[in-house]
Amino acid sequence: MEKTCYKQNRRIYLDYAATTPCDLQVVEAMQPYFSKIFGNPSTLYSFGQEARRAMREARGKIAEFLGASPEEIIFTSGGTESNNTALKGVAYAGRNKGNHIITSSIEHHSVSESCKFLEKEGFKVTYLTVDEYGLVNPQDVKEAITDKTILISIMHANNEIGAIQPIKDIASIAREKEIYFHTDSVQTFAHIPVNVNDLGVDLLSMSAHKLYGPKGIGALYIKKGVKITPFMQGGDQEKRKRASTENIAGIAGFAKAVELAKEKMGNEEKKLTFLRDKLIKGILEKVEHSRLNGHPAQRLPGNVNVSIEYIEGESMVLNLDMKGIACSTGSACTSSSLEPSHVLLAIGLPHELAHSSLRFTIGRFTKEEDIDYVLEVLPEVVKKLRSMSPLYGEKEK
Amino acid sequence: MEGYSTKVMEHFRNPRNVGKIENPDGVGHVGNPVCGDIMELYIKVKDDIITDAKFKTFGCGAAIATSSMVTELVKGKSINEALTISNKAVTEALGGLPSIKMHCSVLAEEALKSAIDDYFKNHRSRE
Repeated sequence: MEKTCYKQNRRIYLDYAATTPCDLQVVEAMQPYFSKIFGNPSTLYSFGQEARRAMREARGKIAEFLGASPEEIIFTSGGTESNNTALKGVAYAGRNKGNHIITSSIEHHSVSESCKFLEKEGFKVTYLTVDEYGLVNPQDVKEAITDKTILISIMHANNEIGAIQPIKDIASIAREKEIYFHTDSVQTFAHIPVNVNDLGVDLLSMSAHKLYGPKGIGALYIKKGVKITPFMQGGDQEKRKRASTENIAGIAGFAKAVELAKEKMGNEEKKLTFLRDKLIKGILEKVEHSRLNGHPAQRLPGNVNVSIEYIEGESMVLNLDMKGIACSTGSACTSSSLEPSHVLLAIGLPHELAHSSLRFTIGRFTKEEDIDYVLEVLPEVVKKLRSMSPLYGEKEK
Repeated sequence: MEGYSTKVMEHFRNPRNVGKIENPDGVGHVGNPVCGDIMELYIKVKDDIITDAKFKTFGCGAAIATSSMVTELVKGKSINEALTISNKAVTEALGGLPSIKMHCSVLAEEALKSAIDDYFKNHRSRE
């Protein structure tokens, strides 16, 4: 304990899957759009033209990076809105064709809660189970399809355990049956290669604040020809698919973040994978009775999710925070239901191991010495909490 | 989630009375791994006074802080006084708890009651 006192002021952020800091270049790129280029892009005069030009450029950059055309991108307030728009928009627009939706049991709440809402509206939803690594089996998708299926929505990679889904295979099944396919790409876009043509998807959700852009801005790719019913009524913005005056500063920041990602992604992927594997190996070696959740290789470059037996996640998070380390847990303690993470339960973890989970997500500004520091501090924290745990005591007997 | 009070964090940081009592006069064991909180509370009783209390807890910050606080509150109290310690008293002594964590204070009260029950079973019949 004494040894680490000098590091008390040290703060290490390892929750990049929750949100990322804005890259300073992004903040700079946003600056002009608050007070200087502030016009409403729907207006005809020069103030509006300037804003419109900025928006066009931004849309072009994002579309290009995605392999889409600019008119296939609509800006939203973020990943949650993109997912809500995709699910409800396609469901309502396709209601006369059918009422069945297929999704997985490990989706982000913005997808699963949208599905629950649609169930109340009379839609039928199939929630596919996943294997022990959190992967959806494309064969299961195939078997779940009925003649009423109008939409399949499977996330590209899971936010908790980082499992990267076989999206290409699932999308080709959907295409064969002429069913729209949506993927939530919030955790993958600008982190690993995401190209809509390569993946073969019809709709794809993105969020800027997961890729060093600002909060409150995201986008939805809607392939040309795909019909959606907008869920907000108002002006004609975004080809009448998303009313409301556009968040130009956010859009400019988003585009800058994408531009930076384009430049850095390849190297970053390598760096994060190296740090991730070092952290996983280190934890499994240094902490007895710990296990990795999710697939060892088919996972996001920055995602580490472990369960540390006999101790509870939130108390670990708080203890690590006291040492300056920020991470998260799938334990129940922050939810009013007392249920731990639905993702960890879906991969078959017993409740106690789900409560004992810890997620570290590594990002652009993480250094190797940060990982070393976690590996130095975590065993002390585990030891302290295990000494308090009635479960660990029992084990020793 | 709302944050924890300074008092909760203080007890979480430096929990009092952690551990087991050898040959305790009463042990309370409440909660289960499914809900994510387990508390074990040990008491030592002499002449109807709780002379010592210790705990072991698997649980979140609030679970550890309420365990620590209940052991503090109960020490030196008579059995009858201890029986009046409610979850509300534990919560108040901690300067409040976020609403979704109130169940932790309930668990602390239950752990205490269960330890006293055990004491009754071991040492005298209940009046």
